[in-house]
Amino acid sequence: MDELIFFINRVLISGTVLGSIYALGAIGVTLIFGILRFAHFAHGDMMTMGGFIAFVLAGLLTAMGIVTPLPMGFVVLPVAMVIAAFLALGIDKGFYAPLRERGAKPVTMLIASIGVTLMIQGLLRLIFGSGTRSFYATESKDIFRIDMSAFGGTRPISITEPQVLMFVVTAALVIALHLFLTRSRLGKAMRAMADNADLAQVSGINTALVVRVTWIIAGSLACVAGVMLALDVALMPDLAFNIVLPIFAAAIVGGLGHAYGAIVGGFLIAFAETLAVFNWTAVLRPLNGLLPEGMALPSNLSLVPTEYKLTVAFVILVVTLLVRPTGIFKGAST
Amino acid sequence: MSTAEAKVRLLDRPLYRGIALFIALFVLVVVAGVSQGTASMLLILVQATGFALIALGLNIQWGYGGLFNFAIMGFMMVGGAAVTFISYPVNPAFWDSEGPMLLGRALLAFLIGLGVVYAARQTRRLGLRGFGYGLLVVLAWFAAYVIYRSQIDPAAAYIESTAGFIGGLGLNPVLGWMFGGLLAAVIAFFVGKISLGLRTDYLAIATIGISEILRALIKNMDWLTRGTMSVSPMPWPTPLPQALQAQGVGIAESFVQARLGFLVLAVGLLVIVFYFIQRAYGGPWGRMMRAIRDNHIAASSMGKDVKGRQLELFVLGSVLMGVGGAMLVTFSQIFDPSGYQPINHTFMIWVMVIVGGAGNSWGVLLGSLLIYVVWILSDPVAQLIFLNLSQVTQNLGWGAIPEIDSRALQMRVFVLGVVITVALRFAPKGLIPEVIRHDR
Repeated sequence: MDELIFFINRVLISGTVLGSIYALGAIGVTLIFGILRFAHFAHGDMMTMGGFIAFVLAGLLTAMGIVTPLPMGFVVLPVAMVIAAFLALGIDKGFYAPLRERGAKPVTMLIASIGVTLMIQGLLRLIFGSGTRSFYATESKDIFRIDMSAFGGTRPISITEPQVLMFVVTAALVIALHLFLTRSRLGKAMRAMADNADLAQVSGINTALVVRVTWIIAGSLACVAGVMLALDVALMPDLAFNIVLPIFAAAIVGGLGHAYGAIVGGFLIAFAETLAVFNWTAVLRPLNGLLPEGMALPSNLSLVPTEYKLTVAFVILVVTLLVRPTGIFKGAST
Repeated sequence: MSTAEAKVRLLDRPLYRGIALFIALFVLVVVAGVSQGTASMLLILVQATGFALIALGLNIQWGYGGLFNFAIMGFMMVGGAAVTFISYPVNPAFWDSEGPMLLGRALLAFLIGLGVVYAARQTRRLGLRGFGYGLLVVLAWFAAYVIYRSQIDPAAAYIESTAGFIGGLGLNPVLGWMFGGLLAAVIAFFVGKISLGLRTDYLAIATIGISEILRALIKNMDWLTRGTMSVSPMPWPTPLPQALQAQGVGIAESFVQARLGFLVLAVGLLVIVFYFIQRAYGGPWGRMMRAIRDNHIAASSMGKDVKGRQLELFVLGSVLMGVGGAMLVTFSQIFDPSGYQPINHTFMIWVMVIVGGAGNSWGVLLGSLLIYVVWILSDPVAQLIFLNLSQVTQNLGWGAIPEIDSRALQMRVFVLGVVITVALRFAPKGLIPEVIRHDR
């Protein structure tokens, strides 16, 4: 039983947390690719930016002496999302829209997004310095321990308060996105434009509006993902490429342009990462009794050493691109 | 016609424009040299030469062939690791231990693993298809991975605990640069072979993934590169400042002389490479490459081997990246795998090529020198601005700006971002655009 609890603590919970973050980021990347047809490399920095917006807002509230039962990061989340959405619109207006009007190729847009990455990152580091920050400098992180003695376990399943909230928020956002894409007029217009932009335009869809909505969704979801990452681990300004590549991996595995695929891909990549570095000996230890005398499981049976954790995502990314570039679901990228 | 109009037309011609821009760059370098001191200016110039080599490599790939490569950092690291292995003094503790034997066994395991995968792939000939074939290949890869890990892990642990790392061969660094180019070529061959068929944006993502994998490997293979502990001091092909000091040269003077010696060697290499690239570009080979870049369907219908030629470009460009990366490591005398960042290495090179003018070697040369000088100078300039701002805020009673040193350093990243977005918007073809000749 203890082995199972260990597995739940180390794989199930942390994999789901990481998966939520990747999924929310990957939805933005995939929507932007579907509508605007370019790989948006600045998405990781939009996430970090969202995290910092929430950080500043939370700091302001704390300074005003407001105390809430929920972690500050979650209280300010809606406001941070709105600000991030406006910033995303501004970035599009300032850097991508002029290139789009000129009819620039997707490659040019890609390089422009690298430029935006550098600018956001430079600004964040200029303002906040390059150190690590935490939301929990002033308040403590609540940890729920679910007692498992009823099932014969000696250790509890432990889960932190932000993790619980994170699951709830991610589920709510994914359901809301699903309803938006399938039920609302605008959501259907978005899917139509992702399928065939020219056809969508001649059938009277306001493509400029769709582009704006795409940025609003992508920007606010990136903000949520960034805040979650900051709440779960810590807030770092130079996270960019460490986070944007797994997100691209998730979006590509799910098929670029495919919103549901991005969610599946996000969880897939996250669990692949967690499982690859998981030490299987911890779970298989009871088997030692079955093995003949003198034979024992090695003390470390993880598939890859921990320091290669991020590499797992890159390997999956490269292999997917080579074997099945359209992703496990057929993407809109043909 | 007024003179102003004539001037505009004169500057529109690439030759005059290029000359004017190079003169401006020269003035900038002289001004920076006067303000920063000769020794540090020489340091910047040597490094800029190294980056110019790498940028020329990217120009071959992107400018001539339209091939996306975001793996520049990976190839630079490969070059750095190669020159470390060739030129670092011999580590007798490793060669006297059982390390070489264990490594030999690991190599054997690696070859066996390759054989297993190859054998699994050959089952296709026996008529195995579909799911069974896929499963077999995946299992073969897994088996190969387990076989290799079972040998390399104890070897790595043994070497790290007894000898630290395998050390070098103690040969001339210039040999190391060549080896860096060779190693980069081999890796580029395989990378290109498997990924060049991808569309540009997919290729970008794939290569950036590959470069991160290379970085993770080089950073964590402590037995080979000492990983984050870094290797130094690396020998120079030209006399070191310390050697000159031993001969009785003054300390300040010795740095200038030593760096000047290195600069001469580096610039000599750059000139040779540049000459051959220009010749190749102007010749039938270059024409063919441009034909493939501009319309690969037409080129292949004329009987050109598009895939093979693109692979050729990819490998050639990567060789220069390996050599440049190796040279920079030799010059800085330290190989520190954790010092490599996509921004400082991959994307700065891209900015150099795009700002300079993709496809035009002169433009790329100008771009690489200009961007590197701007990159270096944005730090002191930002510090100056911050110090003045800090003065203002202090006068206003808001207190001084904290951590000016570390913040000003970040200004570089921001400036780089501004430069590339402005360039894309207002001069998408670069400062000295590619000259398209229309022969009659």
